[in-house]
Amino acid sequence: MANPLQAQNRRWILTAIPYLWMVIFFLVPFFIVLKISFSNSEIAQPPYSPVFDFLTDGWDESLDKLTSLTTDNYLRLIQDSIYSSSYLSSLWIAGSSTVMMLFIAYPIAYGMARAPKSWRPTLVMMVILPFWTSFLIRVYAWIAILSEEGLLNSALAWLGVIDEPIQILSTNTAVYIGILYSYLPFMVLPLYSNLEKMDDSLIEAAKDLGCTQIGAFWRVTFPLSLPGVIAGCFLVFIPAVGEFVIPDLLGGSDTIMIGKTMWEEFFNNRDWPAASGVAIALLIILMIPIMIFQANEARQQEAGR
Amino acid sequence: MSAKALGPVRRKFAPWNDPSAVPLIKIRDVSKAFGSFTAVNNVSLDIYEREFFALLGPSGCGKTTLMRMLAGFETPSAGSISIAGEDLAGTPPHKRPVNMMFQSYALFPHMSVEKNIAFGLEMDKLPKGEITARVEEMLKLVKLETFAKRKPHQLSGGQRQRVALARSIAKRPKVLLLDEPLGALDKKLREETQFELLDLQMALGMTFVIVTHDQDEAMTMADRIAVMNHGQFVQISPPAELYEQPVSKYVADFIGDINLLEGRVTKNERGHIVLGSEVTGGRIESLGETVAGLGDKAWFAVRPEKVSIDLQPPNDPTVNTASGTVWDIGYVGDISVYHVKLDNGGTMRASIANTRRVVERPISWEDKVFLTWAPDSGIVLTK
Repeated sequence: MANPLQAQNRRWILTAIPYLWMVIFFLVPFFIVLKISFSNSEIAQPPYSPVFDFLTDGWDESLDKLTSLTTDNYLRLIQDSIYSSSYLSSLWIAGSSTVMMLFIAYPIAYGMARAPKSWRPTLVMMVILPFWTSFLIRVYAWIAILSEEGLLNSALAWLGVIDEPIQILSTNTAVYIGILYSYLPFMVLPLYSNLEKMDDSLIEAAKDLGCTQIGAFWRVTFPLSLPGVIAGCFLVFIPAVGEFVIPDLLGGSDTIMIGKTMWEEFFNNRDWPAASGVAIALLIILMIPIMIFQANEARQQEAGR
Repeated sequence: MSAKALGPVRRKFAPWNDPSAVPLIKIRDVSKAFGSFTAVNNVSLDIYEREFFALLGPSGCGKTTLMRMLAGFETPSAGSISIAGEDLAGTPPHKRPVNMMFQSYALFPHMSVEKNIAFGLEMDKLPKGEITARVEEMLKLVKLETFAKRKPHQLSGGQRQRVALARSIAKRPKVLLLDEPLGALDKKLREETQFELLDLQMALGMTFVIVTHDQDEAMTMADRIAVMNHGQFVQISPPAELYEQPVSKYVADFIGDINLLEGRVTKNERGHIVLGSEVTGGRIESLGETVAGLGDKAWFAVRPEKVSIDLQPPNDPTVNTASGTVWDIGYVGDISVYHVKLDNGGTMRASIANTRRVVERPISWEDKVFLTWAPDSGIVLTK
């Protein structure tokens, strides 16, 4: 019978497609970057050496090239304080904006989940709607709002709150505003989907057993929403660490974030190996939160079964 | 209509017949409207201490809304509710002397069994030692001692039900509200649990108010049952009265099975009523009282188990009788229900206990049969 064999082949093909996708679009580029991070910077085309060419290189030549690979780029990451301060500052900005975001997004998600059922799709739509406009355009819009002659300063001056414009653009404050604005849906949506499916009778049971409204929130609602909190926090924190556009457009010269440092290495200094080293190190740093996030998701799926 | 004619009902507990008894729960002229929909429409009710009271009715009859008003989750649009003499208007749920067992159980999924049970006690800020002792006592009561550390999702449906019960009685409330407490259990377990609940209520001396749509559940457990329909009480009676002396066709039909024979009153004197009925093609003699006047339309209501079925016509020609042919037989094991097509149109049911162990019953399909019933076996209803 050919049928079971055919079915097995089909299954193989189906599972192979996503793996093939991952290999071509993730693993191969990753190894290219990894290799470049161990290369030497050159003023040439491409701007690094050695360049392997498996078609023309002989065995000896390949071995020579292999031994010319170096860990200098990684040593520099440790020795030059610009990198460590970039990483720390990125982690700090991403971490503190994640915490601030939680305080902003939780009440929003809670309000959405408590709203009448017929309103909820509209409210979700309103959270997602900004995504319909290009990210870059929305960040530029913040320049128009926050600059010295911008909407905010004009409005405050008109109201008589301030005499002369306050400097918000090109400061870390603007970076925080940009991150909080841009990543808000990533925090609101997981929280909302968690809070929305919570059984109301749990809150009623808590009240019935002697809890006040606020007590019921802290003892029942909040602990049960923790998986949503964790998911939201990592969905904000992970991309915010590597954020480049927001610090570049809204931040000032004193705003250092690792994404910006990497960009400068790559385009201003044309030092591809150093930039690659920065990227690989960032990936390793983010591995821990990504793994916590994945474990949380897996636990959620298991509980949902 | 009086219960005395039938003797004492189930237990010698009937404070509702004692004019000097003070009710624990007083519900007075209570209504609840949701927008233009009136869920509960101007009801009044007294429930006494240690009573096992059932609110019975189809879904949407207002029974759950009434219970939620007792718990404090809904505010009455009109009327008042008091427990032990204390008006509960404006008292939030967490300050009421009642606890509720939820239909969904509403166990806290992030807490262990013992934490769930301790929840209410911790809210009351009881000393730690007392909480531990009380939790242990509750676990023992519901036979879950070995499951104390488990989380709710690691328990079976029946075990979860018992945790919910333990949690709701741990605070020893004056009144325990039970919202369809056995609804999620399978039939066998449900029947066992009914008696467990009953024993528990007796042992604790607590007042139980149960909401259910299952008449067997209400009949088995309750001291009194309030049958609700369209937000109002249709009848409030002990189970036996409800079954034997329904006040209306609705109640007669809702509780158990009934034959309703339409007719017109031809005689009504001194507890003796005669209906002329086209359905049976003759007279129906009945004992009892009725408000119907001569010539008024009325229904004679008689339960299938009170109707005899025979292949021979009755010897006494004055006895209530109807003749027909067997149309269907419902064999349930303990009883057989005969659906008889009457010669004058209409159908009647007679159920016979299968007291003999035979597979072939003497009465079969298509047989010509005679149905007879005693004058005191049924009741004349006017609505």
